[in-house]
Amino acid sequence: MLTDGTDNARFKTFSRRAAILGGAQLLVFGGLASRMYYLQVLKSSEYQMLAEENRVNMRLLAPLRGEILDRFGTVLASNRQNFRVLLIPEQTPDIEETLTKLNRVVPLSETQWKRVLRDARRSPAFLPITVSENLSWQQFAQVNIHEPDLAGIEPDVGETRHYPHGPALAHVVGYVAPVSENDLGDEDPLLKLPGFRIGKSGLERRLDRELRGAAGASHVEVNAYGRVIRELSKDPGTPGSKVVLTLDMDLQKFATERLAGEAAAAVVMDIHNGEVLASVSTPAYDPNDFNVGLSQATWNGLIENPYKPLVNKTIAGQYPPGSTFKMIVAAAAVDSGLINPNQKVHCTGKITLGNHDFHCWKRHGHGYVNMLESIMHSCDIYFYEIAKKIGIDRIEEMAHKFGLGETYEYEVPGEKPGLVPSRGWKRATTGAPWQQGETLIAGIGQGYLLTTPLQLAVMTSRLANGGKAVKPRLVRSVGDEGRFGEPAEPIGVSERALAIAREGMNLVSNHPRGTAFRARLNEPGMSLAGKTGTAQVRRITRAERESGVLTNEEVEWRRRDHALFVAYAPVEDPRYAVSVVVEHGGSGSRTAAPVARDIMRLALERDPSNRLAQAPQGPANSQIPSFQEG
Amino acid sequence: MVDAFLNASGREMSLKDKFFEFNWGFLLLIFAIASMGIAMLYSVAEGNFDPWASRQAVRFGIGVCVLFVVAFVDIRVWMNLAYPAYGLALALLIGVEFIGFRGMGAQRWIDLGFIQLQPSELMKITLILALARYFHGLTLDQVSRIRFLVVPALMIGVPFYLTLRQPDLGTAMLIAIVGVVLLFMAGLAWRYFIVGGLAALGAIPVAWGMLHEYQKQRVLTFLDPESDPLGSGYHILQSKIALGSGGVFGKGFMEGTQSHLNFLPEKHTDFIFTMLAEELGLVGGLTLLGLYVMVLMFGLTVGLQTRNQFGRLLAIGVTVNFFLYIFINTAMVMGLVPVVGVPLPLVSYGGTAMLTLMLGFGFLMSVYIHRNYEITRNPGAFW
Repeated sequence: MLTDGTDNARFKTFSRRAAILGGAQLLVFGGLASRMYYLQVLKSSEYQMLAEENRVNMRLLAPLRGEILDRFGTVLASNRQNFRVLLIPEQTPDIEETLTKLNRVVPLSETQWKRVLRDARRSPAFLPITVSENLSWQQFAQVNIHEPDLAGIEPDVGETRHYPHGPALAHVVGYVAPVSENDLGDEDPLLKLPGFRIGKSGLERRLDRELRGAAGASHVEVNAYGRVIRELSKDPGTPGSKVVLTLDMDLQKFATERLAGEAAAAVVMDIHNGEVLASVSTPAYDPNDFNVGLSQATWNGLIENPYKPLVNKTIAGQYPPGSTFKMIVAAAAVDSGLINPNQKVHCTGKITLGNHDFHCWKRHGHGYVNMLESIMHSCDIYFYEIAKKIGIDRIEEMAHKFGLGETYEYEVPGEKPGLVPSRGWKRATTGAPWQQGETLIAGIGQGYLLTTPLQLAVMTSRLANGGKAVKPRLVRSVGDEGRFGEPAEPIGVSERALAIAREGMNLVSNHPRGTAFRARLNEPGMSLAGKTGTAQVRRITRAERESGVLTNEEVEWRRRDHALFVAYAPVEDPRYAVSVVVEHGGSGSRTAAPVARDIMRLALERDPSNRLAQAPQGPANSQIPSFQEG
Repeated sequence: MVDAFLNASGREMSLKDKFFEFNWGFLLLIFAIASMGIAMLYSVAEGNFDPWASRQAVRFGIGVCVLFVVAFVDIRVWMNLAYPAYGLALALLIGVEFIGFRGMGAQRWIDLGFIQLQPSELMKITLILALARYFHGLTLDQVSRIRFLVVPALMIGVPFYLTLRQPDLGTAMLIAIVGVVLLFMAGLAWRYFIVGGLAALGAIPVAWGMLHEYQKQRVLTFLDPESDPLGSGYHILQSKIALGSGGVFGKGFMEGTQSHLNFLPEKHTDFIFTMLAEELGLVGGLTLLGLYVMVLMFGLTVGLQTRNQFGRLLAIGVTVNFFLYIFINTAMVMGLVPVVGVPLPLVSYGGTAMLTLMLGFGFLMSVYIHRNYEITRNPGAFW
C-alpha cells in the first residue's frame, strides 16, 4: 500500500463528519422550506393584500361642477371645454427644442417656459406637464396640426368653469379659483387634485359642497415608479348638483346696464316670498379672469379702483338711508300713539335745539305739513319734530322690525348688518350718552344709521306686504331639492301705520308735487310708489349754508351725496320691491328714482301675472289728502 | 513516476473509461436547475430571450464544456496544480488590492476584456484545492497539531483579510466558512471549534466596529426591515411581499405583479428566487430547492465514495461552497439573513458565477470519475 494506513482513520472521521455536515445542510433546507411555508401559506393572504396595494393605485377623477341657472333656465355658470397643451418629457429628446417649436404655434411667456422646465426636472418623466391652458380654438387646432412635429406635446381637452354673463353676475354667483392653503380645513381628497378649483366667492363659495359633487375614481395598475400600466376599473363619480336661482337674468342684465358707469347697487325682490329677481352691484369684475388666473395688472386695477368693483355693494355697501328711512319714523310715530298724523307741523326751513340749528333740505321751508305731506315732500323739519317726540328707542325698535340692522342668512356670503343706533350702542362704543340732537338726525335717516341696499329692499317689501317679516333669498332649488322660505311672520306693526307709510310713498311718486313724480311709472297697468333719499356724506358748514349750499356738481365725486330710491309696485296690489343706491350720485329723485322706475317697469312687464293688463290707473288725487282712519 | 495506487485493478483509466464513469444523471440535474433559471430570465424580460435568457444559455453551454474538460483531466493534475493555482489567485487578489483597478470604483474586478474576472471568486475555488492538497498530506493526528495549522490558517486568513478590505464582506465570510468546513472535514479536533466559536462570539463587538457604514446599515435593516420600508428595508420587504403573495401555486409564469411592475429589485440576479416563488409559488420554490438538495447529496456521496483524501475534501469543498450560495441567497430573499450580494447558483444571471460554479462541478466530477484512485500522502510531481 502506498497509502500508509492512516487513510482509514481519516476516512472514518471524514465519513462521520460528512454525515454531520449533510444532516446540517438538510436541517438548513428544512428551515428554508418552513420559512417558505410560513410566507407563502400562512401569511399569504396578508402579503397578497400588500402586493395589491403596491400594484393598484386609485386616481381621483374630478366630477363635473353643477350648473347654475336663473329662474327661467338661463345658464349663469357652466363648464366649458378648456383647450390645453401638455408635455410628456420622456417623449421628447430635447424639451427646449420642443418648446421652441411650440412657441411658434402658441406663444409662451418667459414664466411659463421656466415653469415647464422646472416641473420637468422635478416630476417623473412620464407625467404630463401642463404647458398652456385656455387656448383659443384656432391655437388648439394649430397645435393639433403640428403635433407630429412636436415631440412630447399632447393636445388635451379639460373642463373649466365658465360664466357666460361675466361681470353682470360677479357678485352673486362669484367665481372658482385654485385651492389655496386657507382651504386646508376641507378634507375632501378632491382638493388635492392638481388644477382643481373650488368656489371662492358668492354662491360658488356658499354652495361649493353641493356644486362640487363627489369624486370619481379610477383604479389603475402602476409599477414601482408610479407609471400607469393599465386601467382596472373606473367610477366616473357624481356630478355636482344643479342650482336654480330666483334671479331673472334679463332683469339683472338690464339693471346692470342701467347702472353702468356708476358705483351703484340695485336689488329687486318679490315682496311676498323674498325671492330676489335682480341683485346688481356696479362696477364689477369678470369672474372668468379669476378662474383662468388674474394678471397682476388686472388685480391692481381692481383693488385701486375708487368705485370698488370687488365689493358687493348690495350686501356689503353700507349707506345712510337718508329720507328713505322716513317711513320707518312715520310708522314708529303712528304706533307710538303720541302723534296724530293729521296734525300739521310748521316748517320754516330750520329748527333749533339747544344751540344747534337743524335744517330742512328746502331752505325756506315747506310751511304747514301733516305726516303724508311731509313724506311726499320729504320735509325734514316734520321728522325732526316727531323724532324728538317719540325718541330714539321707538325708532330703533321699528327699524329692527323692518329688518334694518339685521342680517337674513342670505345665500351670498358677506352680508353686513348695517347699523341702527341705540342708547346702549352709543354708550358701549363711544362711552358718551345719547344726545337728543342725534335722535333728530336719525329721524331723517342720517347720523349713525347705516343700511345696505338689500336691507332697503327688505324694508320696502315689509311695508308693501302688510308687515310680514319676509327675508330675501336667492336659491330656488339645489339638485332635486327645492328651497322655500319659511312663511313670513307678522312684524308687529299696525295696519294703520303701514297704510300711512304706503300712502306717503304713493304720493311721492304719483302726486304732481311728490319728489319722485318725474320718475313715476304711468304706463297702462303699471304704477309704483317710492321714496327718494339723498344721503349726505359731508358736513355742511354754517359759512357754506349762509353763502348757499354747494350743489353736488360743484364738489368732487367722493364728497357728493349718495342717491337712494326705494319703491314697490304695483301700487294697488304690490308684488315687487326695488331699492337703488347710487354712490355719490347726487339727488335721489334725479339719479336713483329713474333707474328704479325703469327696472320696475321691466320687472312688471316680465311678471307673468301682469299679462292680463289691469285697468289704466291715473295719477293719484291731486288734492293733498289727509289720512282717513278706518 | 506515478507514485500512487490507481485503482483496485491498478491500471490507468482511458478516456473511454472516464466517459463511462461520468455521472450523466448529475449533468441532467444541473441542466434542470439551469433551465429553471433560463425560464425565469425569459420571464424577467417580459417573454423575451433577450437580453438575459439567451446569453445565460450560452454561458451555461460554455460552462458545460468547462465541466467536461475539467472532469476528464486526471485528478492528480489538479492536485499538482493546487498550490500554483492558489498562488495565482492570491497574486490576482493582491493585484486588485495593491496595484488597483480603481477606475471602476469598487476594486473587485479585473477586466480581461472578454470577462470581468473576480479574483475573490477564483480565490474560493483555489483555496478549496489548496486546502484539500494540504490536508491530503497530513495524518489525522497531525491535523490537530498546532504547528500544522499555521499553513492552513494563513491560507484562509490572507485571502479573507484581502477580500474584507475590498470591501466584500459576503465573499470574505464565504472564504472563511469554506475554509473552516474543510478543517472540520479534514478531522481537526472538536476543541478547536469550541474555542474558536467562543472567540468568534467575543469578537462580534470588535468586528461590528470595523464594518463599513453601509454594511452596518444592511445588518440593522435586516434586523428590523419595517423600520424604513421605503429606504434600505425596501428590498427585503418587497421580496417578502412577492414571495408571500405567490401562495402555494404562484401567480403563473410571467404573471408576477411584484416582479413585472418593478417593485422587486435585481430580479434577474440576486432576487430571482423571489420571482420564481412569486410566479410558480411554493411548489416551484420547493422544486428548485429539492433539485439543489439532490446536487448537495450527490456531492456528499462523491466524498464518501472517494478513496483519496484530496478528492474527498475537494468534493466537500465544492459542495459546501455551492450550499452556501444557495443558503445565503434564498435566506436573504426570505428575510432570514441580511442583504448580501450573492447570486443563486446556476439560476441568477451572471457570467463569472456561472463559470466558477461549472469549474467547481468539473472538479467534483473529476473527483467522481477518479474516485477509486488511491494517492499517497506525498505523491510528488505527477508529470
